[in-house]
Amino acid sequence: MTRIFLALSLVLASWVSSANIEVYQFDDPAQEQTYKDLVEELRCLVCQNQSIAESNAELAQDMRRKTYELVKSGKTKSEIRAFMAERYGDFMLYSPPLKPMTWLLWFGPALALILGFLVVVRLVKRQRQAAPSAISAEEIERLKALQSEATSARQSKDGTV
Amino acid sequence: MVKKIAPLALFIALAGLFLYMLTQMNRGEYNPRDVPTEFIGKPAPEFALPDLLEPNQMVSSSDFRGTPWLLNVWATWCPECWREHGYLNSLAKQRGIVIVGLNWRDELDKARQMLAELGNPFARVAVDKESDAVMDWGVYAAPETFLIDAEGVIRAKHKGAMNETVWQKKFAPHFETGT
Repeated sequence: MTRIFLALSLVLASWVSSANIEVYQFDDPAQEQTYKDLVEELRCLVCQNQSIAESNAELAQDMRRKTYELVKSGKTKSEIRAFMAERYGDFMLYSPPLKPMTWLLWFGPALALILGFLVVVRLVKRQRQAAPSAISAEEIERLKALQSEATSARQSKDGTV
Repeated sequence: MVKKIAPLALFIALAGLFLYMLTQMNRGEYNPRDVPTEFIGKPAPEFALPDLLEPNQMVSSSDFRGTPWLLNVWATWCPECWREHGYLNSLAKQRGIVIVGLNWRDELDKARQMLAELGNPFARVAVDKESDAVMDWGVYAAPETFLIDAEGVIRAKHKGAMNETVWQKKFAPHFETGT
């Protein structure tokens, strides 16, 4: 147990620590925050499942530098996002804009959830319907007949003793 | 009966799909890592970078206006670049195609040595040490080749090594129509 916990905390620790090693100077804390937010939400195209903040790829380093330069030159977040998307497509953005191409991406999970819910509802309904029909009316009649037969047999038996 | 066959049919259908995608990947028609970037039909981004072979000169994208040219992103650290080098040589020497090299994040001595050993297919080679032009052109892997027409508009591009099949399919048509 302890071992699993240790391994897990190691994995989590490595996930949190970013490969971001450059030291950049900003004019004000707002710019620094803009930079930090951006590098977390821009995708590294070399490793593809990491943001450029997490990635140590050389291209990611260059992209961080480019982001820094753009922030420093007074560009806004959306301007920098547009700059990157113009070059590398919406794929570069971890939260891509809402448009017909990305509808499935944005609404797919909700759709899957609704579908799953419908399936569960149907399964439960079917089970409920199946339960009472396990014994048919005919069988109930037969059971009753058997029962009364058994009682009368017992009674007559008791009578003889 | 249908219920018994369904899983088998599904399996065969999926196997067929996977086989199709694998062949597409082997042929270089499909790459799961490809990012759809739209550059075709747009003006080529400008660059002005130092020349690999003449370090005190600059190579500028505007130098090649008036003639269709190829921009080939390459580096010595990229194995596919070595593989396509011979084909680029034949394009330049036999077909007279103007190819501009963009040497990306490379060791310059090694790059010069590679050209000396394998031949130099490039009209000029620009040095992009810090991915400036690479980022402007939406490149994230080497090799990648762009076709820019005489007016400076990107007409075709190919990720991965160039070869005759790719040339005939994506590039040659633009040269025959005179663009």
